[in-house]
Amino acid sequence: MLNNLPGRLFVGACLVAAAMAFQAPAEARTPLLVYTAVEADELAGFKAAFEAEHPDIEINWVRDSTGVVTSKLLAEKNNPQADIVWGLAATSLMLLDNEGYFQGYRPVGLENLDPRYVDDSDPPMWVGQRAWIAAICFNTVEAERHGIPMPTSWKDLTDPVYRGHIVMPNPNSSGTGFLDVSSWIQMWGEEEAWQFMDALHENIMQYTHSGSAPCRQAASGEAVVGISFAYRGARLKEQGAPIEIIAPSEGAGWDLEAFAIVKGTKNLEAAQKLADWSVSRKANEIYAENYAVVAMPGVGERPRHFPADIDEKMIDNDFSWAAQNRMRILDEWRDRYDAKTETRS
Amino acid sequence: MTVEAVTAAEGIAWARPASVRQRLATDARVFVAVLGMIGAFMVLMQVVPLWAILSRSLQDATGAFVGLANYATYFATPALFQVALNSLTIATVSAGIVVTLAFLYAYALTRTCMPFKGFFRVVSLVPILAPSLLPAIALIYIFGNQGFLRDWLFGASIYGPIGIVIGISFWVFPHALMILTVALASSDARLYEAARVLRAGSVRTFLTVTLPSARYGLVSAFFVSFTLVIADFGVPKVIGGQFNVLAVEIYKQVVGRHDFSMGAVVGTVLLLPAVVAFVIDRFVQRRQVALLSARAVPYVPKPAPVRDALFLLFCTVMAVILLGILGVAAYASFIQFWPYNLSFTLDNYRFDLMDGGGWRSYWNSIQMASWTAVIGTAIVFLGAYAVEKTRRFRAARSSVHFLAMLPMAVPGMVLGLGYVFFFNLPGNPLGFLYHTMAILVLSTIVHYYTVSHLTAVTALKQLDPEFESVSASLKVPAYRTFFRVTLPVCTPAALDVSVYFFVNAMTTVAAVVFLYGPNTTLASVAVLNMDDAGDIAPAAAMAMMIVYTSITVKLLHWLVTRGGLARTQAWRRR
Repeated sequence: MLNNLPGRLFVGACLVAAAMAFQAPAEARTPLLVYTAVEADELAGFKAAFEAEHPDIEINWVRDSTGVVTSKLLAEKNNPQADIVWGLAATSLMLLDNEGYFQGYRPVGLENLDPRYVDDSDPPMWVGQRAWIAAICFNTVEAERHGIPMPTSWKDLTDPVYRGHIVMPNPNSSGTGFLDVSSWIQMWGEEEAWQFMDALHENIMQYTHSGSAPCRQAASGEAVVGISFAYRGARLKEQGAPIEIIAPSEGAGWDLEAFAIVKGTKNLEAAQKLADWSVSRKANEIYAENYAVVAMPGVGERPRHFPADIDEKMIDNDFSWAAQNRMRILDEWRDRYDAKTETRS
Repeated sequence: MTVEAVTAAEGIAWARPASVRQRLATDARVFVAVLGMIGAFMVLMQVVPLWAILSRSLQDATGAFVGLANYATYFATPALFQVALNSLTIATVSAGIVVTLAFLYAYALTRTCMPFKGFFRVVSLVPILAPSLLPAIALIYIFGNQGFLRDWLFGASIYGPIGIVIGISFWVFPHALMILTVALASSDARLYEAARVLRAGSVRTFLTVTLPSARYGLVSAFFVSFTLVIADFGVPKVIGGQFNVLAVEIYKQVVGRHDFSMGAVVGTVLLLPAVVAFVIDRFVQRRQVALLSARAVPYVPKPAPVRDALFLLFCTVMAVILLGILGVAAYASFIQFWPYNLSFTLDNYRFDLMDGGGWRSYWNSIQMASWTAVIGTAIVFLGAYAVEKTRRFRAARSSVHFLAMLPMAVPGMVLGLGYVFFFNLPGNPLGFLYHTMAILVLSTIVHYYTVSHLTAVTALKQLDPEFESVSASLKVPAYRTFFRVTLPVCTPAALDVSVYFFVNAMTTVAAVVFLYGPNTTLASVAVLNMDDAGDIAPAAAMAMMIVYTSITVKLLHWLVTRGGLARTQAWRRR
């Protein structure tokens, strides 16, 4: 009957929509769904290297920023989609581990890694791959224009000469921002660290929502000093930014890119193969192409533009302390600096 | 009149009561079916996911029910309370600016004899073709600390309320303009003739004829702009500086703090303005009568040199601003390393080397946008028709209309998270949709339902309900009236809606950022990710690819409207 034409159109539209859901082509190889926050330009290389050794497995990346991937995983916790989380901040993995997200696995060859970068439990819930380290990006061209000296330490940044020239990530938006705050408190204790941040706040031009943004703003001259991390600085310098990447003398906060196998994955065997490969020398050599510090000691040379002494500046980072105190620190930070930011410009 | 004719006429009159009743009964079944299906679609794709996220606002981190404790925390935290005030201020100011500018612009397009209308119409739609991140990125190039016009701000910083208002006004402008142009396009020339005969001055005519007839459009445009501003997070995220707004606060809670409960609370706080807007909308709409009755004579503006020149000047200034912002983004996408190395390069378009899924994301976006346009327009027009063209089933129509209004007020991030919670529930029979193209299409249709619905309703509202009554008297089924009268008259609006869906599907970010899968990365999300990673020029490049694509679609739309539609719209001319 034509009487129902609008209805038929609607049903037809629904059927089309439903049909689209089934359009994924059949796969002969085992698909491995990998959630990651590793930079996109590196992913193709990792995929090619792994699949060359394991042609029966196909890696499918879900790549996003650290915060978004972590939220995505948390949102999916009742019905996890990922087979393995790979190249995500260890602090995020610990957060997810508290939700019972992972199953422990001891990859073949784990003993070759620096034990500081591997979870304590046995078998380990997560295994670190490489470290990303906080650093200061300093624009030399703009500094000269404004007559600003190059800082060598965190405490230098409280000098009024930097007023309105410093950008840092908001710890409530960015894991890098929290990494900085957490490292200052771990190095100096609560009281001194908050005093430092009070003074720093007076010099801040703005707090950004991404850990890369401060370095990018320094690189393009929007700001002079960007509190960010070394990898981003090195990359921007490679692109031609007039910046120096400084490892502050007091020490620098850091986090690990790490992997963990999702509990209940249907592709456990494939996930374990990726885990085994990820602790291999070959994988570590690829990690080292862009990062100064990797989990396997002595692998690779320092990539271009990294500060020479950056690995010595890595603080003695207590991840579990940071995880336990995270919300308290974030609230304190917000009440001190976010509430009164409207009056500044 | 011949005897046969009289007899035949009597025969029809004789037969009418029973058959009309039967006709109406059949139509009623169609209307009930359509209303039911649209209602079910909206409930399943919007209300249930929203409930999934709202119920989170009543739970603590472990999932235990804690009542309103999270809300108490929210309102007891000065920083968070201030955020709500900031959002209301920004939204009110921006919506006021946007509606004023859009009304003047729409007036110039519809009620003056200004030259180059076609050009200005095309230019006005430019912002809708770009992701909201684009104006924010461009403003940094223009007014940032290295910007070439930074002195124009007299030392004020673009990072903050100024940047948000300028950026968001640019982006929301076409949304308001679309509603106001439709509202001003069709008016009854007889009213202006009457005003002239009664010797009413131009100001009086404007206040007593033009404004009242556009009142519904003005209110709609204001609340659409208001809610778009309050829900957008692209502009404030890039250029908001220290000035916190609700949409970014959701991002901070969910992405920064991983606190879904508080994110859901902030999302709920964002829903309040929508409820207020809905009440106002209903109130105004009740006083709205059909502007284009079956006897209406379309209004044709007459030349008035001074007025036309002034509007030409205004539109030229607007066009320069709109094209300027876009031009800066286009320029930025070809620059090696701004501001230190200004050599020309195409490297920023080598997306496969960067975040966001590369060129594949771009093709995925085109596929997603096409599906959204086709399916979305069909659903929207059926829904609008069912809501507008029957006087019965008041409660059902009202509910469907409310469900159609709601998406505008739902921040994309809340909708997207709701989808994640809902479609990931263990045992949900719709779970197979997760990570597919279909869920992206469905969420985008829902996310952009409101303006499309309003456009369809406004277009349908201008058709006198007498068409339906007459059709019923003539024993013509409702669907035939729909295809013979309603659809041809509304074809421009239907095309507008499908293009609106397409370009928004190309630019949408917040709703889909949690929903895309490994094979369904999108260009708009790539812009966000590249900007986030610091690849600002490639972000501008991908944003420009979206703009170029949408311009192509718009050009096709223009050609179709100019050529193929001339026949169905001939009645608008005298």
